[in-house]
Amino acid sequence: MSEESIISLKNVNKWFGDFHVLQDVNLEVKKKERIVVCGPSGSGKSTMIRCINRLEEHQEGSIVVDGIELTGNLKNIDNVRKEVGMVFQQFNLFPHLSVKENITLAPIWVKKMPKAEAEELAMRQLEIVKIPEQANKYPGQLSGGQQQRVAIARSLAMNPNIMLFDEPTSALDPEMIKEVLDVMVDLANGGMTMIVVTHEMGFAKTVADRMVFMDEGKIVEEASPDKFFNNPESDRTKLFLSQILHQ
Amino acid sequence: MNEVRKPPVATTGIIGWLRINLFFNWTNSLITLFVIYCLYQFIPWILDWTIFSADFKYNYLGEQITNQEMCSRNLDPENGGACWAVIYVRFYQFIYGFYPKVEVWRVNVAYVMLALALLPLLYAKLPYRKYFLYFTYIFPVIAYFLLNGGLGFTEVSTNKWGGLLVTLVLGCTGIALAFPIGIMLALGRRSKLPVISMMCTLFIEFIRGVPLITLLFFGMVMLPLFLPEGIDMDGLVRVLVAVTLFQSAYMAEVIRGGLQAIPPGQYEAAKSLGMSYWRMNLLIILPQAIRISIPPIVNTSIGLFKDTTLVIIVGILDLLGIGRGTLADTNWLGLSYEIYFFVSLVFFIFTFGMSRYSLYLEKKLKTGINMGAD
Repeated sequence: MSEESIISLKNVNKWFGDFHVLQDVNLEVKKKERIVVCGPSGSGKSTMIRCINRLEEHQEGSIVVDGIELTGNLKNIDNVRKEVGMVFQQFNLFPHLSVKENITLAPIWVKKMPKAEAEELAMRQLEIVKIPEQANKYPGQLSGGQQQRVAIARSLAMNPNIMLFDEPTSALDPEMIKEVLDVMVDLANGGMTMIVVTHEMGFAKTVADRMVFMDEGKIVEEASPDKFFNNPESDRTKLFLSQILHQ
Repeated sequence: MNEVRKPPVATTGIIGWLRINLFFNWTNSLITLFVIYCLYQFIPWILDWTIFSADFKYNYLGEQITNQEMCSRNLDPENGGACWAVIYVRFYQFIYGFYPKVEVWRVNVAYVMLALALLPLLYAKLPYRKYFLYFTYIFPVIAYFLLNGGLGFTEVSTNKWGGLLVTLVLGCTGIALAFPIGIMLALGRRSKLPVISMMCTLFIEFIRGVPLITLLFFGMVMLPLFLPEGIDMDGLVRVLVAVTLFQSAYMAEVIRGGLQAIPPGQYEAAKSLGMSYWRMNLLIILPQAIRISIPPIVNTSIGLFKDTTLVIIVGILDLLGIGRGTLADTNWLGLSYEIYFFVSLVFFIFTFGMSRYSLYLEKKLKTGINMGAD
């Protein structure tokens, strides 16, 4: 199984001070697999995916992404980050740059792409997220949903093999959630390997190949969406689902 | 039913403005009237003293003024205001110090070039701005050879420099050099590498904890001791080193303030796109941090520009130094009002210019950008 894994976490442990935030986390993700991670806040799900592109450092265990092990080696970290795109809860667009510049910046400076080519690429990505008309605006002039779609386009412009989503719709007004989820569904259907931390259970049911439920730093349950929603094994999962589905 | 109602007349236009700002209630009205009375007393008097009754080149008898006894106000205390003739006679020294007259065209060329070098910074829409900017970058080198000599120019020792020339050289060089050094220090202080962060912190805290005068003495007296034997450092350069170190410590703290205002998400987004430390800082973090810090950056720069007057204590005659020298001249004894007024005016023109420039920058950089989360 591990040969075809594109992401492999083995016995990963991490502490914030004395707080044991990840406890022996094991996760294997295959190419083109779509994983949805859920769990109560503080369960370590964001920390786990942030370890995958080394925004957080794990202290024990091993994380291998596309054959590259994440260690203190800066070259490895750079290589992994080129493979892995990330979308954040707070969008984190660069406010001093226009939408187009936000997208072209990394291709031009990290991939050394010529400017004209990068701009063409940016426009293509904006078509994909359905807001090409906003190219010359600044992030502050866009709605939350539009900003998040620009953030997705910005990540995609680096042509990653893997996309990480850290609660991409949690900071959005309800009527904007759908436009972002639609883009993510398109992406999933296009065959992207994705790990999505979200509470959007509708989205999870539509696209997830596998559900991962975390609580108190551990992976409590891993199952297909069908089994996860209809016949979960652990009581903790049942409790969580009853709370999240009946609110 | 849906008629468009106009706002009440008395809240718009000039009358509305007056009512809201000057005569809002009776205390407000009283203060307004009091201020108008004070201005009525002061403005005619200051205009009369500085312009209408003042001597410029000739006194009221029509003679050309060559010393203070010939000033109208000294001939006839009842009659006459400021005696600007002192400025007129000593103008050369105020602007160039003791720079040799035959070579003074070089200073004039440098002044004009300075204005040209500032142009692309002042007007973003300048045609051919790119080429003007190249000129701005090489201007310091040109200015060095022009003013100091070399490359076929006769050498003019810096102890002959003075007046506005010294003030501008110290102010411009100090501000221009302290900016990049300050950025490096600020990044260094926030570095995760303990050695770098500790060294930068020590440097900043040491320089900030010492008065500029002490640093100037240090530069004058101690710096030569640290240099290898046989290398003699120019007096003005020693002062420049002291001024630049002083300013870069302050600049570092100002920029660090801006850096701290950048949300961690910006770093994370840059890293997740595969950017290296330097790219992340140069392209994402610093442009935002510097934008936030424009008001305090200009504030410390104005502070430095005025602090350059302290060089008088190590024997360098800047604009104020020339003024004080003139006052010590028996020919011009007692004209301190005129001289200090003139020196203040020159400083005010430069510092006010900087302050307006910062406002313009803030406005320009804000257009279309909403830095907050609405």
